[in-house]
Amino acid sequence: MSNRVDNLLANYVKLDYQAEIDKISSRIRAMLRESLHRRGLVVAISGGIDSSVCAALAVSAIGAKRVYGILMPETDSSSDSLHRGQALANHLGINYTIQDIAPTLEAIGCYKWRDDAIKSAVPEYGEGWKNKIIIDGGTKGKINHFNLVVEDPKGNRQTKRLSLSNYLTIVAATNFKQRVRKNMDYFHADRLNYAVVGTPNRVEYDQGFFVKGGDGLADIKPIAHLYKTQVYDLARFMNLPEEICSATPTTDTYSLSQGQDEFYFSLPYNKMDVALWCYNNSKDVGTLAHALSVSEEQAQFIYKDIETKRKTTKYLHLQSLLIDQVDL
Amino acid sequence: MENKRSVLRKFILENYLYTEDESALKDDDSFLDSGILDSMGILEVIDLLNEAFSIEVEDDEMIPDNLDSINDLLAFIKKKSLAK
Repeated sequence: MSNRVDNLLANYVKLDYQAEIDKISSRIRAMLRESLHRRGLVVAISGGIDSSVCAALAVSAIGAKRVYGILMPETDSSSDSLHRGQALANHLGINYTIQDIAPTLEAIGCYKWRDDAIKSAVPEYGEGWKNKIIIDGGTKGKINHFNLVVEDPKGNRQTKRLSLSNYLTIVAATNFKQRVRKNMDYFHADRLNYAVVGTPNRVEYDQGFFVKGGDGLADIKPIAHLYKTQVYDLARFMNLPEEICSATPTTDTYSLSQGQDEFYFSLPYNKMDVALWCYNNSKDVGTLAHALSVSEEQAQFIYKDIETKRKTTKYLHLQSLLIDQVDL
Repeated sequence: MENKRSVLRKFILENYLYTEDESALKDDDSFLDSGILDSMGILEVIDLLNEAFSIEVEDDEMIPDNLDSINDLLAFIKKKSLAK
């Protein structure tokens, strides 16, 4: 992390963390009491920083006995994620279950749809190969497009630009993962009379990095107003296990290791925080360029990419559209 | 080129504006700025260029200047055809 990025984050994104925990806890209790009328919270724990902090905040708000954790590994998720998730649940003292969703995903066609689309782009792709998708273009002033990276069992990699139909099919298939997980969240929430916690941070929420009806679906999103840097700081402030506080953000969705920056944001999280903060606070491109040590042209491309992603994903935030207003 | 213009306009009008009213789309309307297409829609147009006109859009050609209006697309098609 560059000193400039560090300094900017330290100066502008820093919070009074105890006050923030108190505020979030108080609002969660009020939401449960006044709007949701549920007696606890379900949190899907991925082993990453966001769901860990959300689980910890849920415990802070209503106590460990009223928080239920669900860990849902599948074929492509990392075993490290599962271990970190278990470490967190044990650290917080909450009840939790581990539900392997791979058989469900297999049965529903997730892996087959994905692999057929990959084979359409790379015919030799098969057993033992790994894959991931990388975004390219937006922060270079181009149209965002998507490349497929595959690795054969010997470790040889190749990259191909995906046709739109193959890209959409691969993403649609992998979205089964988030949607099956959300089904499980609501199963446990329904049987326990709990509400469901959604775990997007501010950058994810703002830029539409979530699956509609999947991880985007929830009753409460307690950290959607917090930059990722603040989420990491909160984790450390709440003394969450070090392995969680130091975990690199990944999608944990594709079999090749894939950072969120590769898949979606194009920038590492700390730089993305700075870019979005500068954008939200009407800082000119010169300020962003200086903070990130990039040219003003590149800074302009980054601002444009933020706007483009907001536009492209706006529909993800919409509730169902009605022909006539229905008063309830 | 008039035939290509017609194919492009028909594609946008039918698939994104849901109308046969030709006045709904000006040839210099910016797809992105006017909200007619988002970046996913531009990728659809790139597919159309390939399917309808056998034009491959290279990575470094995927810029709004080439793809962001009917006129941009026609100019890009002309440039690519001359380069063949």
